[in-house]
Amino acid sequence: MKNNQPAPGKALRWFDPRHRQPGTWAFILNRITALGLTLYLALHLIMLGKLAQGPDAYDTFIALAKTPWIKVGELLVISAGLIHGLNGIRIALTSFGIGVTVQRQLFWGFLTLALLGTVIFGYFMFFVH
Amino acid sequence: MTEGHWHVTFCIYRKKGDQPPFYQDFPLEVDPDEYVLDGIERIWAFHDRSLTFRHACHHSTCGACGMLVNGVEKLTCITPIRAVTKNGGTIRVEPLRNFPVLSDLVVDMAEFYLRMEQAHALQVVPVAQSTLPYEPPPFPDDGLPHQRLNDCIECGMCVSACPIALTASSYQGPAALAATQQTYSLTGEKSLLSLVDCADGVWRCHSGFECTAVCPSNVDPAWRIMELRRQVIRHRIQRIFHQDR
Ligand code: SF4
Ligand code: FES
Repeated sequence: MKNNQPAPGKALRWFDPRHRQPGTWAFILNRITALGLTLYLALHLIMLGKLAQGPDAYDTFIALAKTPWIKVGELLVISAGLIHGLNGIRIALTSFGIGVTVQRQLFWGFLTLALLGTVIFGYFMFFVH
Repeated sequence: MTEGHWHVTFCIYRKKGDQPPFYQDFPLEVDPDEYVLDGIERIWAFHDRSLTFRHACHHSTCGACGMLVNGVEKLTCITPIRAVTKNGGTIRVEPLRNFPVLSDLVVDMAEFYLRMEQAHALQVVPVAQSTLPYEPPPFPDDGLPHQRLNDCIECGMCVSACPIALTASSYQGPAALAATQQTYSLTGEKSLLSLVDCADGVWRCHSGFECTAVCPSNVDPAWRIMELRRQVIRHRIQRIFHQDR
């Protein structure tokens, strides 16, 4: 008879940003970036495994790593790291009562910093190196 | 149509017994300064007497009329129609989230009230000792113990908005944690801290801050949860140094 109850299977609804406010957007971003970074770590370890397969396999991998698509992927990793890390600082602070009343401003401030960092890294990756 | 009146459609969540839920449209002519609850009452009075919903005071004191209005938790008795739709628009009304639906817009709050009781939620609090995150209004210095009705009206909207309460039925929830913080601050009851110092208590919150965003009554549950964490940690440290058992 009863519905509308909490259920672990409803976790996908965490990612619905509609009718939510910055606190939840930060919550969503943190989860997406965490999943992205975990996936990257797995790929990174697989790629490192290539080292053990001799110089040829390694050279092929390095050639692949220099392609623009992989570079874009790397920039996304940097961006995810910045967003996750800076928002992590916000959560650590507010979790112990510091800056709770300005948590929205902290979110926008740290997000701006993360995007700025992404632009700077992107500039160096694509135009300098 | 009367001048100044709007045509709006109330799209209402319906559910009875084991029947699957559905949405039913009720077109109404309304004064945009009427409240959403006025519209729901008119539907019940003139269109469908089987519609069930909760309300009592009509002035944001009893906490009974919390519903989901266009996806956001609102006390329908103080939510003007013009704040949630426009002329010709739709108002989707659904029961609170994260509570079992009993019938239409009525949810089962039994467990919620039980948790408030476990938190020793107070009905009134002394003004002088209140730990509100804002300046209380000045009271005459007449030596009398001025008290105020507690801010929390037990509407359950914070639990409805909480993304963690969506997935974890065992989570104590923002209202009960906020009540614990307030009662502990006023009474120093140590047993309350052990009640919340667990995986389903104060550490379960993932900082969505939705509770504070929807709370209609200045409780600021998110702030109180963070404050309660500080109190729990302080107590733990004191125990390490045997200052407090
Ligand atoms: S804390 Fe606020 S939103 Fe939650 S039950 Fe109390 S009054 Fe309602
Ligand atoms: S009817 Fe009492 S709070 Fe809305």
